[in-house]
Amino acid sequence: MNTTRREILTAALTAAGATLAPDLAGAEEHDHDHDHQAVPSDPTLRVKALESLLVAKGLVDRDALDALIETYEHKVGPRNGARVVARAWVDRGFKERLLADGTAAIGELGYGGDTITVVENTAQIHNLVVCTLCSCYPWPILGLPPVWYKSAAYRSRSVIDPRGVLAEFGLRLGDDVEVRVWDSTAELRYLVLPERPAGTERLAETELAALVTRNAMVGVAKVTTERRGSGA
Amino acid sequence: MNGVHDMGGMQDMGPIHPEQNDLVFHASWERRVFALFNAVDFTWPVLRSELELIAPADYLRMSYYEKWLTALVPLLIKARMVTPAEIESGKPTGASTNKWHVVSVAEVATWIAPDSGTNGKPGVAAQFQATQRVRARNMNPLGHTRLPRYVRGKIGTIQRVRGVDVFPDAVAQGLGDKPQHVYTVRFTAQELWGAPASRTDSVYADLSEDYLEPA
Repeated sequence: MNTTRREILTAALTAAGATLAPDLAGAEEHDHDHDHQAVPSDPTLRVKALESLLVAKGLVDRDALDALIETYEHKVGPRNGARVVARAWVDRGFKERLLADGTAAIGELGYGGDTITVVENTAQIHNLVVCTLCSCYPWPILGLPPVWYKSAAYRSRSVIDPRGVLAEFGLRLGDDVEVRVWDSTAELRYLVLPERPAGTERLAETELAALVTRNAMVGVAKVTTERRGSGA
Repeated sequence: MNGVHDMGGMQDMGPIHPEQNDLVFHASWERRVFALFNAVDFTWPVLRSELELIAPADYLRMSYYEKWLTALVPLLIKARMVTPAEIESGKPTGASTNKWHVVSVAEVATWIAPDSGTNGKPGVAAQFQATQRVRARNMNPLGHTRLPRYVRGKIGTIQRVRGVDVFPDAVAQGLGDKPQHVYTVRFTAQELWGAPASRTDSVYADLSEDYLEPA
């Protein structure tokens, strides 16, 4: 089933929205190619008005808003998680602590904010993380989630057809591999510790960290020694 | 509530398009909504509960941060931080009728500091133990819940006792924290999806004690 009812509906709404409400956000920075779930009606103006109102009433601090964006867009991100993974690959003691108490071990590297459980991928076990009810994700070590992680398609299908979902990411697993799906339904977050790729025995910890992708830490990819442009 | 947000197990949502949908933010206004949503400092059960009240067709149609923006306005009004007239005009007509905690720059820094994410709320005994068989209750509350539909009535095994946390169903309704143990429960794919499913695969969900009964 390649074209779903939703895609047809989305296309129709996009066409209607294009004439009724020009996408102001799009005029600002919109040079990529992706499917919109909807065309918002002047969200830029609505958000500006709301922010001004809340600042004027003293209910939010504008500097704190800037700090929030700076923190979650730039200070935290998948590079943090990659550091955790690379450390686990080179330091057996750290790996044991990480699997026993993810939050504490990740805290050793200076990252905190969530209660984090680390699940290890092996040749026999493949772990995959999802949040079927909303978009829960380990912000402190992976940053904010990409659009696909929050999409209806990923949220709905990961629990009933994880192998089909993985195939869509280009990862095909044999029947001898056990798939474990972790649905983040409470205030507990999950990080996948991917398998260290073969042929990396001589790489230093920082070089190993550079190989680790965000997708591998969500469990929709393996770490390879081939550098790729996306999915960082 | 058996809402459209409870998507686990649905099959008609189309392809994922991981390459096309790789961005975190698409536009500057999304960053501001993200910041506002976090700065107003509601609890997650309250925030999620409001998102779940978005009409199903809108929920499916809207982009992620459009949903956040849509939920934010009624949240602010319900908390008496702003009035509908102020939202309409964009101009403050008076002080907030609710004394509100204003998140500061210094506070944001503490949110990503080590030791800031522990759920330590001791003093409540755990009713279930690791390896015990449990059934997820067949319950259909009209309010917010973190018990997904696809596990209700299904039998699983306690994989791990996770410690005490608040009960989101109670928090969302303003009924207090009702602290209780949370458990990671393993459900086999065959239990959830029937005989054609993989014999090896499983799904783990983190469930509050009130969602479970002995099996």
